[in-house]
Amino acid sequence: MTSTAILFLIAGLGLITWVFARARAGRFIQQGAASVHSLPSYHGWYAAMWAVVPAILFMLVWSTVAPALGSYAVLESPLAAQLPTDAFERAAILSEARSLSRNPDVKVFNDAARELAPLYADADRNYAMIGALAAFLLCFAGAAYAFTRIRPDFRARTQVERTVMLALLLASLIAILATLGIVASLIFETVRFFNLVSPFEFLFGLQWNPSDKVVDGQATGFGAVPLFWGTVFIGAIIAMLVAIPLGLMSAIYLTQYASANVRKWMKPILEILAGVPTVVYGYFAALTVAPALRSFAVAIGITDASSESALAAGLVMGVMIIPFVSSMADDSIAAVPGSMRDGSLAMGATKSETIKQVLIPAALPGVVGGVLLAVSRAIGETMIVVMAAGLAANLTANPFASVTTVTTQIVQLLTGDTDFNSPMTLAAFALGLTLFIVTLLLNIVALQIVKKYREAYD
Amino acid sequence: MLDNTATSSTNPKMSARDVKVFYGDKQAIKGVSIDIDMDNVVAFIGPSGCGKSTFLRTLNRMNDTIPIARVEGDITLDGENIYSSKMDVVQLRARVGMVFQKPNPFPKSIYDNVAYGARIHGLAPNKAELDQIVENSLVRAGLWNEVKDRLSDSGTALSGGQQQRLCIARAIAVDPEVILMDEPCSALDPIATAKIEELIHELRGRYAIVIVTHNMQQAARVSQKTAFFHLGTMVEYGDTSDIFTNPREERTRDYITGRYG
Repeated sequence: MTSTAILFLIAGLGLITWVFARARAGRFIQQGAASVHSLPSYHGWYAAMWAVVPAILFMLVWSTVAPALGSYAVLESPLAAQLPTDAFERAAILSEARSLSRNPDVKVFNDAARELAPLYADADRNYAMIGALAAFLLCFAGAAYAFTRIRPDFRARTQVERTVMLALLLASLIAILATLGIVASLIFETVRFFNLVSPFEFLFGLQWNPSDKVVDGQATGFGAVPLFWGTVFIGAIIAMLVAIPLGLMSAIYLTQYASANVRKWMKPILEILAGVPTVVYGYFAALTVAPALRSFAVAIGITDASSESALAAGLVMGVMIIPFVSSMADDSIAAVPGSMRDGSLAMGATKSETIKQVLIPAALPGVVGGVLLAVSRAIGETMIVVMAAGLAANLTANPFASVTTVTTQIVQLLTGDTDFNSPMTLAAFALGLTLFIVTLLLNIVALQIVKKYREAYD
Repeated sequence: MLDNTATSSTNPKMSARDVKVFYGDKQAIKGVSIDIDMDNVVAFIGPSGCGKSTFLRTLNRMNDTIPIARVEGDITLDGENIYSSKMDVVQLRARVGMVFQKPNPFPKSIYDNVAYGARIHGLAPNKAELDQIVENSLVRAGLWNEVKDRLSDSGTALSGGQQQRLCIARAIAVDPEVILMDEPCSALDPIATAKIEELIHELRGRYAIVIVTHNMQQAARVSQKTAFFHLGTMVEYGDTSDIFTNPREERTRDYITGRYG
């Protein structure tokens, strides 16, 4: 019996429990019990929960425990005694045997796996049976327990409400736990990487030329400074040179000058820009902007212009970020009290003087927060730089040269045939962790600034 | 029915003739005529929504900032029509300053708040003169002694009453001829209110002052002339003492005695 079928059966049992428990509670009312605390359907839900939740929780736990139990059973058998002692090889044979036991058509490299496969099939079948039986038992036990508690004065409603609250709490915890899990896995792999390459070399080394070669016990060519520079150069310098002025000016136009009609159609169009998939921007950067920039560079006498340039990626990324900056700036300017604008106008200041001297300074913290969020988005952006920035880890300030970024290199290191123990692969995790920490800090600072500023005018 | 003209002064600083204001289709001011001279503080009183603030804002064209507002009629400053195309609204507002209901200092230092107008109008050619303007304005606004040691502190860090006097200093700094005050004390406590009222007494004569107020005692205390507004019309305009002791109009009497509004 597959676990899907078991799940359906348990759900069915839950439904039956619901119907019976509800009917039982309903009888109290018909019999005219003095004070019935909860509506019958709450009793139904309460019993159904008892029938379904413990059984399903058990199945979840069992599904992680059962394979390990199966492996133990196989290792106990006399056949397993001939297995190699090296943990890595043994694990490889065992996993082959397991996949063979599930699908006889799988190709295997170790003949030992063929012998172990039937053992695996037996063990897995046994444990699946035990699991299913236990699950059904739990289901019946839960239903029976809940049934005995159905009394007129039983507070089923309170119990159901509490369970609902727990379920919602669990849902929100999952996102947080996922984040923690991601960070933990990054940290774990990064520590492994730093056993092979010194953190000092990684953070301050100027040579990025990752290879699996090991010299004097140290892998070489993992100096990530060119990548950090490339990331900052494209995401925080070139892109922001485009996005900050354009985004700010469009926000000023939209909040201060545009008539209601213009605003009505311009704002949504600007927001559509934010919804364009980044890969489309990547095409635009690689196929249109980069070649155009290169011919331009050659025309003005820069002979070493590359066809994949920092400028192309940065410009397009800047355009992508405009709506982001614009909408943050828009919010901040709109949050400046109108009385302040009136005060300035009443002094005889012109509209642009008012904007320059009063509105922008007052909105500045919000704008700065928005810009930091935009920077953190830009340096984490992957598709545009993968397609348009190139792979050469140059440490150069020439915008027409090809540079590479942290995200590009992560993609590069993890695509294709990879060995998950080589320094090259592990380097990707170290890069990922660095990027994660930097964007996290940027976000925290930005949100703090925005929050502080919001409080000031409330 | 009394004709809504109050043209007693011989040489008015500002005068309005048959001013009508529309917000879209709705008429907020239905033909108001009034003269404002240098010697008297003029108070506008009347129940909420009677149009007194709207009318005040026509006097320095602050209604221009409301897209749907439209003004008809003539308003002159020293005989010059302020709604003519020749009138530069920036110049107008430098000559006719305004203090708002809620203190609205800019999020800048006290010094920069007062220097703001002088800077944008280029009134001070050098730092020393700007310092002088700032000091004079703060002295006249009765704030100098309280803030002279902390001119670089933020204007928003002051108390409500101090903020309002800062806003008055800011308005004085551009050396206006008329100061419009839109319920300047409604957000202040009684002590701060008393200080502002005292200040209005001191400023009288140097500037033509128009004050909108909800508080009839305040109107009686600070003004020499009072105009009573009701439902977009000016019902009565005359010496403050007459309005409060011997109003000509039934509606004025009812309002003064607290029968409505």
